[in-house]
Amino acid sequence: MYNFEFQKPDTISDAVAALGAEDAQALGGGQTLLPTMKQRLASPKVLVSLKGIAELQGLCMGDDGSMCIGGATNHATVAVEATSYPALAATAAHIGDPAVRNRGTIGGSLANNDPSACYPAAALASGATIVSNSREILADDFFQGMFTTALEEGEIITEVRFPIPEKANYQKFLQPASRFALVGVFVAKFADGVRVAITGASNDGVFRWGEAEETLSTNFSPDALQGLSLSDSDMIADLHGTAAYRAHLCSVMTKRAVMAAN
Amino acid sequence: MPKDGGIGASSKRREDVRFLTGVGNYTDDINAHGQAHVFFLRSDVAHGKLNAVDTTTAAAMPGVVQIFTGADFEAVGGMPCGWQVTGKNGEVMQEPKHPVLASEKVRHVGEPIAAVVADTLEQARDAAEAILLDITELPAVIDMKAAVVANAPKVHDDLANNLCYDWGFVEENKAATDKAFLDAAHVTSLELVNNRLVANPMEPRVALGEYSQGTDEHTLYTTSQNPHVIRLLMGAFVLGIPEHKLRVVSPDVGGGFGTKIFHYQEEAFCTFAAKACKRPVKWTSSRTEAFMSDAHGRDHVTKIELALDADNNFTALRTDTYANMGAYLSTFAPSVPTWLHGTLMAGNYKTPLIYVNVKAVFTNTVPVDAYRGAGRPEATFQLERVVDKAARELGVDPIALRRQNFITEFPYATPVAVEYDTGDYHATMDKLEEMGDFSGFEARRKASEASGKLRGLGVNCYIEACGIAPSNLVGQLGARAGLYESATVRVNATGGLVVMTGSHSHGQGHETAFAQVVAEMIGIDESMIEIVHGDTAKVPMGMGTYGSRSIAVGGSAMVRATEKIINKAKKIASHLLEASESDIELKDGAFSVAGTDKSVAWGDVTLAAYVPHNYPLEEIEPGLEETAFYDPSNFTYPAGAYCCEVEVDPETGKVSIERFAAADDFGNIINPMIVTGQVHGGLAQGIGQALLENCAYDENGQLLSASYMDYAMPRADDLPMFSVDHSCQTPCTHNPLGVKGCGEAGAIGSPPAVVNAVVDALRSAGKDVTHIDMPLSPDRVWAAMQ
Repeated sequence: MYNFEFQKPDTISDAVAALGAEDAQALGGGQTLLPTMKQRLASPKVLVSLKGIAELQGLCMGDDGSMCIGGATNHATVAVEATSYPALAATAAHIGDPAVRNRGTIGGSLANNDPSACYPAAALASGATIVSNSREILADDFFQGMFTTALEEGEIITEVRFPIPEKANYQKFLQPASRFALVGVFVAKFADGVRVAITGASNDGVFRWGEAEETLSTNFSPDALQGLSLSDSDMIADLHGTAAYRAHLCSVMTKRAVMAAN
Repeated sequence: MPKDGGIGASSKRREDVRFLTGVGNYTDDINAHGQAHVFFLRSDVAHGKLNAVDTTTAAAMPGVVQIFTGADFEAVGGMPCGWQVTGKNGEVMQEPKHPVLASEKVRHVGEPIAAVVADTLEQARDAAEAILLDITELPAVIDMKAAVVANAPKVHDDLANNLCYDWGFVEENKAATDKAFLDAAHVTSLELVNNRLVANPMEPRVALGEYSQGTDEHTLYTTSQNPHVIRLLMGAFVLGIPEHKLRVVSPDVGGGFGTKIFHYQEEAFCTFAAKACKRPVKWTSSRTEAFMSDAHGRDHVTKIELALDADNNFTALRTDTYANMGAYLSTFAPSVPTWLHGTLMAGNYKTPLIYVNVKAVFTNTVPVDAYRGAGRPEATFQLERVVDKAARELGVDPIALRRQNFITEFPYATPVAVEYDTGDYHATMDKLEEMGDFSGFEARRKASEASGKLRGLGVNCYIEACGIAPSNLVGQLGARAGLYESATVRVNATGGLVVMTGSHSHGQGHETAFAQVVAEMIGIDESMIEIVHGDTAKVPMGMGTYGSRSIAVGGSAMVRATEKIINKAKKIASHLLEASESDIELKDGAFSVAGTDKSVAWGDVTLAAYVPHNYPLEEIEPGLEETAFYDPSNFTYPAGAYCCEVEVDPETGKVSIERFAAADDFGNIINPMIVTGQVHGGLAQGIGQALLENCAYDENGQLLSASYMDYAMPRADDLPMFSVDHSCQTPCTHNPLGVKGCGEAGAIGSPPAVVNAVVDALRSAGKDVTHIDMPLSPDRVWAAMQ
């Protein structure tokens, strides 16, 4: 690890100001950033921890009935407290291991947009709104490819608002080594339709499976998915699975998520 | 009623108290006053010409003590290889120089090029980044078969080609074996890969070198399974330090699994640099460095053929194996695919003709050497897979086919040069059938089907050879070391004992089990016995721990030394009791005169030995300390039968192990609880190989599985509750304890059971699958079903 300055502001505005410095980097739970720095693959000059900002912590219910989660809330807290959105709580409860869940934050996960992370699938399938210090961004606009989001330099995720679906479920098929999602599918059924978001599979990061959404919106049953499949042309191929295998798993996990949601 | 001490008791592991409460003394816990830290700059290309290493800028950076490159080691020796294999035409293996730091060329990703010694590790690392390397990248050879074609790029320019040796065994059997295949009623053949593994002990390697200017003495603290061997190899062959000026200490070591047997460059470097820099020099491997510098394991590509007659008797076996050596010969690498593999190809079967060909190949990868089982898992896997395949092809029960061909008379001389002293393969198979509840399998299969899963049952046998010996034979086979063990038993005046053993414990529980043996022999409490190991200044000599040899060889040496102690103590007791020595009996820690009530306690005798006021000084010397060296007359041959039941998710290819049973014959057992633990650990590693672990390179020689993000280790929830039994006991006939060794059995016996079970599951669904290469990861199983 290279030397860096460490700051721990207690207000959002102080954090935004601190992030204006050259090569400054926001620090959530550090579950990706710190190992990367230890390997000397990242070398921010200033680390601005968001953990000291009280208003970024915790969960509440919004006036519109959505579940609001502070950007610096860790996964373990969501797992326990997101009782109004059980599928989201269950998703959080199975991210990483207890150490990861007690350090990692929802804002950090979404801002990093790891192509195998769980939260991006939950946010995209739920049609969540990602709230930053300067604006509100719909999940559909937020995720812009592997490790890429709509966030500007120095922009901080302050809150994530999840509309609560009628039914939802997340099914994760584990990569055997890292136990990240080899393929993870989050299915959410709202009154006005079904959303299906898939993580782990695509070279473009988390994505929605439109065809499955359309079919499931008219018939929310596993049988409705019969015969539907995704092309493997943009799927990730690596040591743990070919593109064809990942495309196949997308169908299997979607079916299982629908079955579990019902 | 279980015993509460001595041989056969499940005494609690005394060493675990310090391990589990965080007060162990591992090498990284040792820090020397004024120590500097070394960071190794390692190659990030697999193959390249090293044109220049410019350290000018780096040397001037803060905290830097000294920077070393290959040029600094030109005057010392290369890393030695401890075994020379002779090929089938009498040609001696090609043995390249293995420098401490690369010179002229780099030959694998991770090879150390330069070493920066600085006040702190961070400073050393900063300076290493400022070293300018000029490397011309060369085409890498990764695939073994491509490495041995004409005009393949050469890993070592000064060798004729990339073929280390071409070994035929037993060459005299070849023509008869080939003829038996022509005459066979049925031939089953199978091509398979034994996947490359990384040992991944919990504790990474560490080395700390110290040098005393006043006495010209060197000390190396290192994470080794055999400190005396390191002292000999490094002192005599690399650095030219006589053994009386070199102390090697291996304190608590957190797992070895073979990879800590070998002498590594970092050990030689820290010892060398401590003198050059005039201060202690320490290196602690990071996990990433471990992946690319610890010797890897396995990595064979094999074609095996089994010939059977019309009555399904095995008539001949023929194998053709490519064995990866990596870029250099690690300490015992040449012996693994030959003498630890070819000699085991008979397995549990009376196949009369066997011919084994092994081509050992240099590639631009990390050196490969012994890993838990070393050669024997490779032999067992291919044999038990081809027997299973033969049973399917012939439509016969795989257990019946095995039983029909079992060796039943002992001693049995195999056609591959070894003689099994004892065993009972039907007994372990009988036990396995009982443990495995095979009659209930069909019901369990139906239940699995009802939940959409495919269930499979796999069975296999194994035999292995432990306690490699005797020294005069292995010398003829190319070993450049003896394979005895030593023990010194020192009895103190107040009756307590210190046993100094050349065996080394790195998790096996020796401190407990060894004490049980001596306690049993003398009839005293285990708490009176201290086991000392891992320090060349304390233990006179030792060959270390590997190949499941510690209790069979180290334990036997301890028995011999203790016998000498008892003999001398009896002389002292006979003097004290004024009786004839031949009438003295030792029981429950007291010496008595046979047929009388006269006795003297153990402590009175030991006190007399050191305070010899009433003592036969004219006949024997005072003191009570004895040393014995034990050189076994043969290997020991643990054997057993394993079964595995799996469920396969046909939609995803995911394999789940539902049941696993192991029936082992380890001969006599010192501590059943420790043996059970050893089998559990071995099974976890064998199942890890079968389902999860895969050390993979891309075609350019980049290590794809260089961290736990991509290298899948077995975890508790990947494993079922094991059913383990070691009640079938045919004691070894040639060592005093009748023991065979148990450390590697689980890792040797379990991979074929898993693969046999998965193939069985897929075939139950009508899939025409005959083999899947390990690891049986979900994607591979799914692909095999398509």
